[in-house]
Amino acid sequence: MLDPQDRIRFEQLVLPHLNSAANLARWMLRNRDDSDDVVQEATLRAYRFFGQFHGGDARAWLLQIVRNTCYTWLGKNRPSELMTEFDEEVHQRPAANPEILATQSDERQQLMRALESLSPRFREVLVLRELEGCSYKEIGEITGIPIGTVMSTLSRARERLRQVLIGANGAAAKGVS
Amino acid sequence: MNCELARTTIHGYFDGELDAVRSAEFERHLEHCAECQAVLEGIESLRAQIKDSNLYEHASPELHNRIRKQLAQATGEERVNRELSWKKWFLLPTFGTLAAAAAVITIMFFVALSHRQSALTAELIDAHVRSLQPGHLMDVESTDQHTVKPWFDGKLDFIPPVDDLAGQGFPLVGGRLDVIDGHDVAALVYSRRKHYINVFIWPYREKESITESSGSRHGYNWVTWQSRDMQFCVISDASLSDLRELKNLIHP
Repeated sequence: MLDPQDRIRFEQLVLPHLNSAANLARWMLRNRDDSDDVVQEATLRAYRFFGQFHGGDARAWLLQIVRNTCYTWLGKNRPSELMTEFDEEVHQRPAANPEILATQSDERQQLMRALESLSPRFREVLVLRELEGCSYKEIGEITGIPIGTVMSTLSRARERLRQVLIGANGAAAKGVS
Repeated sequence: MNCELARTTIHGYFDGELDAVRSAEFERHLEHCAECQAVLEGIESLRAQIKDSNLYEHASPELHNRIRKQLAQATGEERVNRELSWKKWFLLPTFGTLAAAAAVITIMFFVALSHRQSALTAELIDAHVRSLQPGHLMDVESTDQHTVKPWFDGKLDFIPPVDDLAGQGFPLVGGRLDVIDGHDVAALVYSRRKHYINVFIWPYREKESITESSGSRHGYNWVTWQSRDMQFCVISDASLSDLRELKNLIHP
């Protein structure tokens, strides 16, 4: 159990990164209710393991726990999503269906759906890099991807996202004509 | 794509992750590689589109509150233990000093009792919160009272009453063993809409008597009462009126 000093340190070092935790979990689970539960669980785990945190990057440390908690949750509740972990093909999940995307006239909606259609491995590096502004070193720390592989994973993830967006736009154009 | 650099190095360049030498090398290559120029333009516009779309999802004020409350509770576990050990020393002289004025004894007794009660309530609420952690809610998962009741057989030195109240809006979800104040207790889990309700049941011990009462603490509501030789306590984030309804179903 932590003493009051540790609690204060935890609140000063870790809690300021709650937005980062909420953002990552929201994109990993694609649903606010589930991701709030997971962030709550992950924060409690971080609190219990805080004795093992020896300074350094508190955001990366928290995000690593959030990310692992997300994968555990997905494995328990939506194992099929993890089967496609290394799948290079565009996933024809309902949300990523071009016809459905075509009806989303809003560019933001289109981008959201496209991002959500990517496999978790691609989604996490894109969220960490583009939304969270993490360095390759931090992405490696959080995801466990060897730092030498972060660049190529990002490259594949961006290419995949681009293709999904082109597909969606193509379908939208077809729908109009 | 034929240019190998357009597939990987360009991303390191774009993200500012190349060292000065490799970065300068790539810039020289970029000048005369149409493919790399096109790819760079593509990922630049992708980033701009992501930025414009405001996709960042901030933590809601509600999540902030939930987490602060939870941390307070996690820190409170130790406080409750300290409170309990203090209570033992406080109760001893109370019972021992029989010659003391009856009024003083009575007052002290009720003060001690209410402290004891609040410590026990805190412990029960902690047990409830703990049970909601993934994988902790149930040892036996069944909506059938004839499965849940025999499950307790042999695990406890008493038989808790188990009824499925699905017809009355409180479906039985399962049961589990828990330990409160060093004693085994039965915990039945009911659900009410989307809330879980823990019903803690243990043999009534006079020295620990909790009078019939209810209240709320850290956003959790509880109702406790005695019936024959059993003590009952229902705890949940469901409303107090829901909990009273459940109490009346268990003991009309």
